[in-house]
Amino acid sequence: MSVGLDPNPKFADYAHPETLVSAPWLRENLDAPGLVIVESDEDVLLYDVGHIPGAVKIDWHTDLNHPVLRDYLDAEGFQALMQRSGIKRDSTVVLYGDKSNWWAAYTLWVFKLYGHEDVRLLDGSREAWKNAGFEFTKDAPQISPSDYPLVERDDVTLRAFRDQVLAHIGKPMVDVRSPQEYTGERTHMPDYPQEGALRGGHIPGAKSVPWARAVNEDQTFKSFVELKELYETTNGLQKNDDVIAYCRIGERSSHTWFVLKYLLGYTNVRNYDGSWTEWGSLVGAPINTGVNP
Amino acid sequence: MTDASDALSREFLELPVKERLNLLLEFSENLPELPTQYQDHPELLERVEECQSPVYLFVELNGETVRTYFTAPEEAPTTRGFASILSELLDGKSIDTVATFDDQFPDKLGLAEAISPLRLRGMRAMIFRIKRQLQEKLAGVANN
Repeated sequence: MSVGLDPNPKFADYAHPETLVSAPWLRENLDAPGLVIVESDEDVLLYDVGHIPGAVKIDWHTDLNHPVLRDYLDAEGFQALMQRSGIKRDSTVVLYGDKSNWWAAYTLWVFKLYGHEDVRLLDGSREAWKNAGFEFTKDAPQISPSDYPLVERDDVTLRAFRDQVLAHIGKPMVDVRSPQEYTGERTHMPDYPQEGALRGGHIPGAKSVPWARAVNEDQTFKSFVELKELYETTNGLQKNDDVIAYCRIGERSSHTWFVLKYLLGYTNVRNYDGSWTEWGSLVGAPINTGVNP
Repeated sequence: MTDASDALSREFLELPVKERLNLLLEFSENLPELPTQYQDHPELLERVEECQSPVYLFVELNGETVRTYFTAPEEAPTTRGFASILSELLDGKSIDTVATFDDQFPDKLGLAEAISPLRLRGMRAMIFRIKRQLQEKLAGVANN
């Protein structure tokens, strides 16, 4: 059962206004039948410090990753996660989290790999709830396990793999990491080897558009006009482009993927979750350094 | 390991996995406040880059005693928990205790499966920096 949409006029400008809700709307709809609120944070304990009443926790690392392979949880794993979280196939899921919804967007992307229809983000992230003065609770939610069906993951439509990325060089790509990671200046954190990648730089042809440029200081998304300016006027992307976004492990680029797909309405945008930790260690993979794509 | 770190390690390991997180949360709530002199001088504090959330720390040598100071935002309870554990085990302790502190200690709390090994890297990085700052302080003393 699907829950009504947030009529917020800001959202109406986006290509898919149905993918966002505001904090006041969420508060009004806390008890709406068919709605499940999910918190996904970078910090694994933040939910336990206090969460939106009724929200369940899905952790990007311990819940969404396969315990052994470098991959996402498999079909049985996703089904079990949905069932124990009380999410039905037709539930409206509202996701929110810390850090401008960075990890919530990652969770949303995984939900979409499994074709969950109605998934929305709380515009402004956890901060929006806090800034509105709404209460957080430590009370555990009442969860009735669901009958979520077994669904196959679609690794074609929204996900890109390394060989596809190699073949994609020359077509639009967005590197959403920090400028230092893009140029290759940062291969090692001070005093400590940076996780994963053996080489620094970026995939040839990728434009540098750090993910956080899509959000305002209060962590809400920038307006449709501002986003269009950023990705299209400044960086030359087009709505009908075949676009691949990447970062370090695919989390920050999920955020950009969400912006391009749902806020600007791009029909063909994929997230390369192998990202730099894979590309920067692949033998012979082409790399450019410096500020130019 | 020191008796204190050994005891704390046992305390964690005796708990079921879920409750280890609660214990870490308790630590995070008890991270000592940064003394005023450091609140006013953020440049003295070193950022631990490997932690996903910003955490800053500073080591001070007071004769034979090592003082450790940490600060991390309320929105980063895991990081605060790590800092609080290290504060309990290292603050006010001898140079020898800090200099020889077990680098593998973060792996001995049974937290890897509860929070992921990746997240434990932050705690290792804090230990690394505390020890390095201590060595710098000791070298400074030797040069004066």
